[in-house]
Amino acid sequence: MSEAGFSGRRLMAMVGKETRQIARDPSTYLIAFVLPVLLLFLFGYAINLDSARANIGVALLDDSAPAHSLALAYGQSPHFAVRVERSVEPLRQAMIADEIRAIVVIPQDFGAGEARGAPPPVQIIADGSQPNQASLTAAYAEGLRRNWAMNRAAEAGPTPAAPISVNSRVWFNPGLTSRYFLIPGAIAIVMTLIGTLLTSLVIAREWERGTMEAMMATPMRMTEFLASKIVPYFVLALISMGICTTMAVVQFGVPLRGSIPALLLVSTAYLLPALGQGLWISAATKNQFVASQLALITSFLPTFLLSGFLYEISSMPRPIQIITMIVPARYLIPSLQTVFLAGDVWSLILPNVAIMAAFGAFFLYRCLRATRRSLDR
Amino acid sequence: MSGSVASVTGIVKHFKGLDRPALDGLSLRIMPGRITGLVGPDGAGKTTAIRIMAGLMAPDAGELTVLGGAPGTSLGDLGYMPQRFGLYEDLSVIANLELYAEMRSLPKSGRAETFARLLAFTDLERFRSRLAGKLSGGMKQKLGLACALVKTPRLLLLDEPGVGVDPISRRELWQMVAQLTGEGIGVLWATAYLDEAEKCDEVFLMSEGKLVFGGPPADLTREVDGKVVRLTDFPQRRRRLLTDMLDRHDVLDGTLEGRSVRLVLRDGAAIPTENMRVAKVPARFEDGFIARLGGGPGGTSPLAGVYRQVEPQSEFAIEAKGLTKRFGAFTAANDVSFTVPYGTIYGLLGPNGAGKSTTFKMLCGLLTPSEGTGVVAGHDLRRSGAAAREQLGYMAQKFSLYGDLTVAQNLAFFAGAYGLAGSAAKAAVQRVTEVFELGDMLGRNANQLSLGFKQRIALAAAVLHEPPVLFLDEPTSGVDPVTRREFWSHINGLVEKGVAVLVTTHFMEEAEYCDDTTLIYRSEQIASGTPDELKRQAAELSGLEDPTMEDAFIAHIEASDAARLEREAA
Repeated sequence: MSEAGFSGRRLMAMVGKETRQIARDPSTYLIAFVLPVLLLFLFGYAINLDSARANIGVALLDDSAPAHSLALAYGQSPHFAVRVERSVEPLRQAMIADEIRAIVVIPQDFGAGEARGAPPPVQIIADGSQPNQASLTAAYAEGLRRNWAMNRAAEAGPTPAAPISVNSRVWFNPGLTSRYFLIPGAIAIVMTLIGTLLTSLVIAREWERGTMEAMMATPMRMTEFLASKIVPYFVLALISMGICTTMAVVQFGVPLRGSIPALLLVSTAYLLPALGQGLWISAATKNQFVASQLALITSFLPTFLLSGFLYEISSMPRPIQIITMIVPARYLIPSLQTVFLAGDVWSLILPNVAIMAAFGAFFLYRCLRATRRSLDR
Repeated sequence: MSGSVASVTGIVKHFKGLDRPALDGLSLRIMPGRITGLVGPDGAGKTTAIRIMAGLMAPDAGELTVLGGAPGTSLGDLGYMPQRFGLYEDLSVIANLELYAEMRSLPKSGRAETFARLLAFTDLERFRSRLAGKLSGGMKQKLGLACALVKTPRLLLLDEPGVGVDPISRRELWQMVAQLTGEGIGVLWATAYLDEAEKCDEVFLMSEGKLVFGGPPADLTREVDGKVVRLTDFPQRRRRLLTDMLDRHDVLDGTLEGRSVRLVLRDGAAIPTENMRVAKVPARFEDGFIARLGGGPGGTSPLAGVYRQVEPQSEFAIEAKGLTKRFGAFTAANDVSFTVPYGTIYGLLGPNGAGKSTTFKMLCGLLTPSEGTGVVAGHDLRRSGAAAREQLGYMAQKFSLYGDLTVAQNLAFFAGAYGLAGSAAKAAVQRVTEVFELGDMLGRNANQLSLGFKQRIALAAAVLHEPPVLFLDEPTSGVDPVTRREFWSHINGLVEKGVAVLVTTHFMEEAEYCDDTTLIYRSEQIASGTPDELKRQAAELSGLEDPTMEDAFIAHIEASDAARLEREAA
């Protein structure tokens, strides 16, 4: 009986079978090839986190020179498209009609107060029905007014206490184009879908269809069984990653400043925990429905919400920040962004790769424990 | 025991949440070159025993040696076919064979010959590139067997290879396995069919985890030899006679066989035999089994005792006129016609996938016929389907109970579903609880109960509203013979009260209870008549003397196949 030891032949037979099953299942193509393209287009074109020109109204109730100067400052700002009226009422109507997002009211005695050195406050009314944009627009409007006041004070200059000039400069993504951030994130989402969601079904399917029982009664080893599930999905995920990267660079002009080997290293390191988690879920639940739900909740959603892909981790509440530590994708996103936008910064990439590999080892170990050759529970 | 390929001594296996062990001290041995039967109703522990022998489960107690070692150590010499065959349905026939060949390290050289031999043996050569999922049940079963045989094993474990497959495929499979024993393979054949047990070299008969009998089947049959009689030419209605006989203390067991009544008598029995012919007939394995279990139930059905007398509202309880159902280009049932008077049982017989379930579903209003009409208790199913459905009680093959509801909740639900409310519903539930002695069970979840109890509760749920028409879909497949007797005593009692019963079955023993039957094969009615008429026709077709219902079934199907081949050739 030559059934001891790990057999490469049996493994290859199992990998071949798994590959045929993948090739025959249309839903695999959907997730591996169609979905990445869709996601990339979504993040490339439809979702845009940049602030564009906001429509605002300026109610100019004063005829003094300073009041006109402030109104002009709004008009010249690249952030605003301005409509000027001599009273508040028409602007109120315009806001109700959803034509403008905010109203800046320059009061009647603005010029007089300005001359006295104590200008009355400028009122900024924002449309609260879209709270995010309201606060953003209001903040920009207030910032612009403060800038204008400082410039006037500097020009008048009786007390030339030089105002501190804040000059912000953004590196690596000078245009702050959100697409550059989002597309590497989309690649992480795609690898999570293939790595965890698809694999969460594969062992459960064998249990549900009764093939697991028949396979366990052959000399096949459980390590061969697991390896046969890992290899094809690993390759599939890398192919999908390749499609995404090509599209990102060619179609969306995202720079790839790092090297291909670095990209492969980062992806491989992430696929270990992703595949391990999916297979562990599959082996432990033995039920495709439960497995897919678990994979969505424990892997896909955290990758979406807690990986720093859409929401910055540093601006999350402290407890949530701690939770993000156990989301493997949290280490992938900065690594991918680094490889794409900065280059092969090994001091940043290597620690992340090490952490992801450690997660991978843990999940694969749990998975191996969960697939024993036994029908006892 | 020396020389055996597997021997098991006193194994015990408990599962969490069940009150009795699945296996309670089972002992058996499998000899090379023999077919050993592991026989018993569903839930007896057959699958658990096989899984333990395959090394897929560990017993709580007991000892076993499989292929000279602990189970699971010599997997290369073990062939195992689980109940669901273990086929990859999205792979082709040949790809499945290749996969199993690799798993069992079959050398590349000579593999083509092995596959050719197996495909010829199973008659699957024509389908080598068809997906396994697209094969019929019987072909899947043969492919499953071929996969278990890619490398000739020394021990072959077959878990209910005959279940859900028509009698013809079952016979073919049996012949194939019998050939294998000639090569010295030890075969364990698990089955719930007692007629298969009779053909085994050695049988281990199980009931509720315990061994009831072990040895050559003839030894068990011999225990009741000479005590089995057939009554014919009696003046009473046959159901009345059977009921009276079963109520006697000197009658161990009894069944209907067409127009005759077959009885197993206790020692020193003295049954009244005026006005009838009594003939001694050979005993069967099942008779011995029932005797070992202490005999069958009595004949009088307490359910029938409290059931209302059904007053016919129309000439026929059920009428099917040219019922046809097409699914796209496929005709599932073609021009099926029959009538069922009140107070009779009508059987729709046929292999799986022949079209009997389609016909059945059209008659209970679950499918709309493409052509033809169905009438139940005077209501046309097309025009007043809801009114027709109120007149029928339906019991499905899988006993459609809600497993995570208690028995009481299930009954309350079905009472509501059949339109009973308030005190009427309460009274109906109360009535069936008493009749079926469900008092102790009411608080338990349905999925914790044994198959026999589930079956009883499913019948209770179907008759809550005392319908004049009952539809039964494979009502007793897999249950033990005592429970089956009890079930049919209820049905016989209801029929005496005027209820009309439509039953679908591929289980030929159930067919014997029918007053009239039709045999559906490849969507067509190929034969109709009483069980006795079908058997007589079969005797003419096949030349068999005194054919059983199963022989009749096979003879009709073979005749139909031959006629079709002739037409196609012409």
